[in-house]
Amino acid sequence: MDTFILITITGIGLGALFFLVASGLSLIYGLMGVLNFAHGTFLVVGAFSGLWISTKVFATANTWTFLGAMVFGGIAGGIFALIVERLVITRLYERHIEQALVTVGVALVAGATLSGWFGNDPRLLPTPHWFINTVTVGKAFVPVDRFLYIGASIVLYIVLASILRFTRIGLIIRAGVENRAMVGALGINVRLAFSAVFFMGGFAAGLGGVLVGAYQNGVTPLMSGSWLIYGFIVVVVGGMGSLGGSALAALLIGVVDQFTNYYMPGLGDFVIVFLLAAVLLTRPQGLLGKVGR
Amino acid sequence: MNAITLQDVNVFLSGSHVLQGVSFEVPSNKVTALLGRNGVGKTTTLRAIMGLIPSTGNIGLFDKSISGMPTYKIAQSGIGYVPEDRDIFSTLTVAENLSLAVRDADPNYDLVYSLFPELSQRGSQRAGTLSGGQQQMVAIARSLLNKNHIILIDEPTKGLAPKLVGEVAEALSKVASETTMLLVEQNLALVKSVAEHIVVMAQGKVIFQGEPSNLEDDAFVHSMLGVSGGLH
Repeated sequence: MDTFILITITGIGLGALFFLVASGLSLIYGLMGVLNFAHGTFLVVGAFSGLWISTKVFATANTWTFLGAMVFGGIAGGIFALIVERLVITRLYERHIEQALVTVGVALVAGATLSGWFGNDPRLLPTPHWFINTVTVGKAFVPVDRFLYIGASIVLYIVLASILRFTRIGLIIRAGVENRAMVGALGINVRLAFSAVFFMGGFAAGLGGVLVGAYQNGVTPLMSGSWLIYGFIVVVVGGMGSLGGSALAALLIGVVDQFTNYYMPGLGDFVIVFLLAAVLLTRPQGLLGKVGR
Repeated sequence: MNAITLQDVNVFLSGSHVLQGVSFEVPSNKVTALLGRNGVGKTTTLRAIMGLIPSTGNIGLFDKSISGMPTYKIAQSGIGYVPEDRDIFSTLTVAENLSLAVRDADPNYDLVYSLFPELSQRGSQRAGTLSGGQQQMVAIARSLLNKNHIILIDEPTKGLAPKLVGEVAEALSKVASETTMLLVEQNLALVKSVAEHIVVMAQGKVIFQGEPSNLEDDAFVHSMLGVSGGLH
C-alpha cells in the first residue's frame, strides 16, 4: 500500500509537470490551429531565466527565491512566446506546413544558441532546503516537491480556466476556437486574443521549465525535446484545445508512466505510446476533444 | 445616398472567377434584396464586403473605401453580418453569444428582446441546443445590438420550418424599419414584403438593378431567377 501511495502521488506530480508543458500547446493549437514545435523552447527559456534570476540576482536558495524564479521563468517564457508569435507565426496563420517548418527552425536555432552559450551539461537550479524532505502519507514517504508541482498545476489550471470562463478575452478565445472568422466579423481583433493565448501558453511552459529543472536536478537546453514530445502526447490524448482534457491526460500519463516503470522498469515510454495509439484508434478526437474541431 | 457601393469587384476562389466585375449600390435606409439562382455569387458578394475573402475592385461604405481592410475593422465601421449558416457559437450560451457581439457602450438589448423575447428567457442555454429558428434569432440579434450603418443578412430563412419562416420574416420586417439592409433571400414572398430595391445576379455578374415591383411580373421572375413567382 505504501508503494501504491508513493507511486500514485509521484505519478500525479509528474502528470502535473506534463500539464504545465501541454496546457499552452493545447490552447495554442485549439485557438489558432498552430502546430508549435517551438513550444519546448519556451520551456527552456523559462528554465534558464529562472536559473539566471536565482543565481545572479537573488544568489540564495530559499523559498522566495524559488517562487521568484517560477514567476520570472513564466514571464520570460510568455514574452519569448509573444516575440515568436509576433515575428514569425503572425505571418503564417492558416499555413500549417510552413508553421511546422518555421517553428522547428526556431526550436533548432534557439536550442543551438542556448547550447553554445551554456553548454549541454545540466546546471543545478537552486532549490529550497525543504525540497529534499519527505512527508508521510499513510505509511509512504513522499518527496515534498511533488506537492509543489501538483499545487502549481492546480493553481495554473484554475487561473487559465477562470480566464477562459469569466473574462472577455476568455470569451473571445472560446468563440475563436469554434469559428475565428465569425469572431472577426463581430468586430473583434482576433489577433490580440491569439497573442494573449501565446503569452499564456509561454507562461505555463516557462513556469513548467523551472519546475522541470528542479525535478530533473538540472537545467539543460536538451530538456526541450523530450518534454515537448510528452506535451504533444498529452495534448493528443486529452483532445486538441481542451484544457480539461490536457489535465486529465497529463494525470493519466504521469501515473501510468510511474506504475509501468516501477513494475516493468524501462517500459514506461512504450506503454505511453501504446496508450496514445489506443486513444487514437478508439477516440481520435482525444478524451475530451470535440469531433471535427 | 448609398450606404454600400461596389465597383468592379472580382473574386477568385480555387481558380474559379466567382465574381466578375460586380458593381451595384445599396441605398441607405432601404432594404436591398440581392437575388439570383444558387451559385451565382450572392454569398460570395457578402463575404467580399466583410473582407472574409480576398477581392479586387473597390467596396465603399458611404464615402470611405473599406477594400483591403481586415474583417474586424470593417465590422467596427458599422456593418453587421448575419451569415448563411448562422455561425452562432454553439458551445457558448445565448447570453455569451450576444455579449460577444457588443461593441457599443450602450448595446440595444431592448430592441433585441422586443423582437425576440424568447432569447431573454434562454440566456443561460447553450446556443448549440437551440432550434434552427432560435439560432437564427441569435444570429440576427447579434447584428442589432450595435448601431450599425447596414446589416448584411444571408438567407435567414434557409432550412427553417414554414412556421419559423413566418416568425423570422416578421422580425426582419421590423428590423427593416430600423436600419439599412442588404438581404440575400430565396423566399420571394419575403423579398416582396420587405425589399425596396433589388439587385439580380447571374454567373458572377449583376444583370439587373431596380424596383422590387418587377418581381410581380412572372416573365421577369422566370427569366431572371428561373422560377415562378411566390415561394421558392
